[in-house]
Amino acid sequence: MDKAELKEVKLLATKIRKDVMEMLRHRGYGHLGGSLSIVELMAVLYGKVLHVDPKNPQMEDRDMVVLSKGHCGPAWYSALAEKGYFEKEKLMTLNDGGTMLPSHPDRTKTPGVDMTTGSLGQGTSSAAGIAYGQRLKGSKRFTYLIVGDGELNEGQCWEAFMFIAAKKLSNCIVFIDNNKRQLDGYTADVLYPFDYAEKMKAFGFNLVQTVKGDDIEAIYEAILKAQNNTDGANCIILDTIKGQGVKFFEELKDNHSVKFSTDELKKAADDAIAELAKEIEEEER
Amino acid sequence: MFKLTQDRNAKGTPLAKVVMQTLNDVMDHDDKVVFLEADLAGASNSRLIEKAHPDRFIQMGIAEANMVGTAAGLSVEGFKPFIHTFGPFASRRVYDQIYLSGAYAHNTVNVYGSDPGFTVAANGGTHTTFEDVALYRAMPTAVICDGADAVQTEWIVREFAKLKGVHYLRANRKDVRNIYEPGSTFELGKGNVVKEGKDVLIITAGQLLADALDAAERLEEEGISAEVVDMFTIKPLDVDLVLSEAKGKKAIVSFENHSIIGGLGSAVAEVLAENTVAVPFRRIGVKDQFGQVGTADWLQKEFGLTADDLIATVKELLK
Ligand SMILES: Cc1ncc(C[n+]2csc(CCOP(=O)(O)OP(=O)(O)O)c2C)c(N)n1
Ligand SMILES: [Mg+2]
Repeated sequence: MDKAELKEVKLLATKIRKDVMEMLRHRGYGHLGGSLSIVELMAVLYGKVLHVDPKNPQMEDRDMVVLSKGHCGPAWYSALAEKGYFEKEKLMTLNDGGTMLPSHPDRTKTPGVDMTTGSLGQGTSSAAGIAYGQRLKGSKRFTYLIVGDGELNEGQCWEAFMFIAAKKLSNCIVFIDNNKRQLDGYTADVLYPFDYAEKMKAFGFNLVQTVKGDDIEAIYEAILKAQNNTDGANCIILDTIKGQGVKFFEELKDNHSVKFSTDELKKAADDAIAELAKEIEEEER
Repeated sequence: MFKLTQDRNAKGTPLAKVVMQTLNDVMDHDDKVVFLEADLAGASNSRLIEKAHPDRFIQMGIAEANMVGTAAGLSVEGFKPFIHTFGPFASRRVYDQIYLSGAYAHNTVNVYGSDPGFTVAANGGTHTTFEDVALYRAMPTAVICDGADAVQTEWIVREFAKLKGVHYLRANRKDVRNIYEPGSTFELGKGNVVKEGKDVLIITAGQLLADALDAAERLEEEGISAEVVDMFTIKPLDVDLVLSEAKGKKAIVSFENHSIIGGLGSAVAEVLAENTVAVPFRRIGVKDQFGQVGTADWLQKEFGLTADDLIATVKELLK
């Protein structure tokens, strides 16, 4: 990735982050922490990696994305809107009756959403099936699967991982968003997870990389490496922060689903939006 | 014995809080009762149990099927498990576990499936349960209750704690309108005639009871006498009450926050048909549709589950 490209992806990430904050602030609540922790990943995927066409979302033989941690739809919708899948104004309809942007992704409602998710764990198997289908069709395309660290509590994830590894589905690139927290607190307290990298290796993944989840270049390099590893299953563990990129919300104790019910929280969101707007202005210069 | 509240427009304590406070109290007095949560303590108020009873609060993580199986194992050891998760995960997602390790194996598992039907609101279509009653009805021995308000929900939790077997409580997490006076008692498997009437029989359950009473009063103003039954135990159904109250009515309507397939309306229809009760009958409920996102009020309208919808159906039947 050269300097100009990095700048472009960085700008996209800042825009996605601002969109997420604006959507949730407008709505008054939402899954903030986990949406923010995948902003850089979304920016790399949509800014640099994916073979897709926003004007033709159903394009034959495209790369596929499955957001198994479906409650983080707002991050995905923001990326899709920034890429021109639909008008940005639509973002403000999140969760309205009749909206095309429901809290959890719905492949029948939103252009660019390849699979419906929201019941945690299920997206892992769907992604495995999509990747298997791509291989059956002789496609060279990839399926990018995004899983939450809390979500890994679900046994279904591990059934899917066994399958992906055993069938050597190297075209299914698994991202684990290791933001260390789930709904009831730290994953280490809820259900001690042990070592994700060791676990994935034990399950037969032959390339397991760990990168800083806010490091755009590192994420991109890891994806390139995974794309070139056709010998077995690929996993990229993203070392992220829940609420990533907005200090106040990184430090907020319950930042899984935030309700902007107090003046302090409203102000924190407004300040973040203003700050991000300024960043965008500077980056665009 | 129950007594109706004077002010049906006032709301009580949020139902999730009622469930957890009651359960906490039950656990204070019965050390065999255990509580299992699947990473939703922050959403269900069960942190109060975690604080008061850290040894018998079991945090399962996001692993509902494992939670049900674990609860069944605890039952084998003589414990009385209560579990909570959102309705879809407490029914669809764990059906084989609750069916086999629970009911079939004669174990005790008390299930609170929260935010049924349109009360799902912002969590949307993926989290909507319009079929939980149908699923639990098809499970031999399972008992199903739909809590109408805070008073009744508290009573249901206390009752479940006394019994063996699989029991399913569906109830909103948020506050709902009051129906009953505190101290009211009920009988499991027995419906309540909460309003007498001659022309039409309305059979409902859960928080829609308040809407049904609104509708009945408005019908009364128009000269239509409507009886309202709170069928809070959907299974086992109070067959005798359905038959006795159906007698002499010109129309019968069931009214539920659930699919018309397999729920309260289906149960009532089966009783009426098998007993040759030939009275005009309609099931008001969700018409074979998936859930979607929106506010609870918007969804209640969207799925045709308001007092207005009930009134329109009654009038049409009486035409
Ligand atoms: C099967 C299922 N159980 C429970 C939930 C409710 N829920 C939504 S998000 C969440 C926590 C997710 O934690 P994690 O996967 O770490 O996501 P992130 O931190 O990225 O937000 C829970 C329990 C759900 N959506 N699906
Ligand atoms: Mg997490």
